Amino acid sequence: MNVLLDNFAAFREGFWGTVELTGLSTLLALVLGTLIAAFRVSPVPALRIFGATWVTLLRNTPLVLLFLVVTLGLPALGLKGWDSFWLAVMALGCYTSAFICEAVRSGINTVPVGQAEAARSVGMTFTQTLGNVVLPQAVRTAIPPIGSLIIALAKNSAIASGFNVVELGSVMKTLNSAAGYNIYVIFFWIALCYLIITFAVSGLFRLLEHKLAVPR
Amino acid sequence: MSSSVLYDVPGPRTRLRFRVYGVVSVIGIAALLAFVVYKFNDTGQFQAGLWDDYEYSNTQQRIVDGLLTTLKTFALAALFSLALGAVLASGRLSDHRPVRVVSSLVVEFFRAMPLLIMIFLLYYAIFTTSPMWAVVIGLTLYNGSVQAEIFRAGIKAVSKGQSEAGYAIGLRKTQLMVHVLIPQAVRSMLPSIISQLVVTLKDTSLGFIILFHELLFVGKSFAEQTPPVGGVYAFIPMVIVFGSIYIVMCLTLSSLATWIERRTRRSKKGTPPPLDTPATLMADPGHTVEFEPRDGRPEDPKAL
Repeated sequence: MNVLLDNFAAFREGFWGTVELTGLSTLLALVLGTLIAAFRVSPVPALRIFGATWVTLLRNTPLVLLFLVVTLGLPALGLKGWDSFWLAVMALGCYTSAFICEAVRSGINTVPVGQAEAARSVGMTFTQTLGNVVLPQAVRTAIPPIGSLIIALAKNSAIASGFNVVELGSVMKTLNSAAGYNIYVIFFWIALCYLIITFAVSGLFRLLEHKLAVPR
Repeated sequence: MSSSVLYDVPGPRTRLRFRVYGVVSVIGIAALLAFVVYKFNDTGQFQAGLWDDYEYSNTQQRIVDGLLTTLKTFALAALFSLALGAVLASGRLSDHRPVRVVSSLVVEFFRAMPLLIMIFLLYYAIFTTSPMWAVVIGLTLYNGSVQAEIFRAGIKAVSKGQSEAGYAIGLRKTQLMVHVLIPQAVRSMLPSIISQLVVTLKDTSLGFIILFHELLFVGKSFAEQTPPVGGVYAFIPMVIVFGSIYIVMCLTLSSLATWIERRTRRSKKGTPPPLDTPATLMADPGHTVEFEPRDGRPEDPKAL
């Protein structure tokens, strides 16, 4: 108990660090992932190739390597002055966007072709078909995998502790080097913090799933 | 393209419009690439001297050593995690309630913990002198739990009539498992198992953070510790060399999964349909996936 009470400020800072990191990267990943998914199902070959390359490259790269690419690559691009937090958001967001893209795309692909054909045959335009028929069904399929991807993202955010970002993983490291605490006790509290975050995310998604559920 | 949900087969005018979009997007992508190349050139990332390091056989030896370390870690972790997965899965399928409860708790706990935090704990508490074992055991605990869920879902996905028929002709549970359920389940599970092995392979790079001398660690030391040429660190060669090694390794493994999946799909010898689990869907951080084989959903072979 002492570990938590003595270092409550550090824990709070680390907890919010992880929450902010997860939240902002999720936002980036959702926006980017949806965009890339749109590229991958578009009728334009160049965009499809771009999307496929993006997904293949990012899915097969270890996240740590991506962190290195972002932290060393952006300064090399002449874009200096980003602090490590935003670099971590970028790495996590881009990495997860590849998986979100696949979830969204397979959501779209599971909508039966007959649905869209029926919509078009009653005279709906492309926008109407997409907005009223295809997307509402695709979203329902895509939500559970996106939920587990976001939980994975929250857990992956621990990697940012290796790149000078203050979050739960780095709290664990600093408390361990500040000798005198039992490492298992530190681990217990850190583990509890992560469990709070992952349970919150999965609860949120279960709620969302319930809200959207329709008999099909 | 004609079978797409989103649009009909395009007519002549639409084709023209698509071609215009195509040209515009090609220009856009080219502009983006040109910007990146220009900026890299501007900051001197393309100097030939940056590659000098890679010409020494000493350096090449270090890369090979790093690669071997990574592969060794991966092999150990893969082996142990499959074994642990088998044990935990049989625990979760056990007829005895306490065994089921304990193995469910273990699986759920290790799946919910960030792998890096586990590795930190193992490194600081137990394996202070050998980071490799911290990484191997960490990977084993995490991936073993995920594999256990894959195994369990695979066994559950075999149709119920099979086990009923087995019991009816008087097989015991072990016999039923060994002779009836597992042979059928393995076929449908293989793609998921291999996808999770790809995750294991990628996650060996987490050792980098506890300064374990694996492939990525070697790469970083090249990018940062070799004396800079003209004030520039050898960042691009590092990404090209080490990134492509990782990508080739992972792509080889995951194309194996796709190949196996296509083969099982083709042979119709009463195989259950491949699991439509998030782990097959995305070869990722498969992570906390709920495994409920969803029924009756048309599967997209290209989703992999």
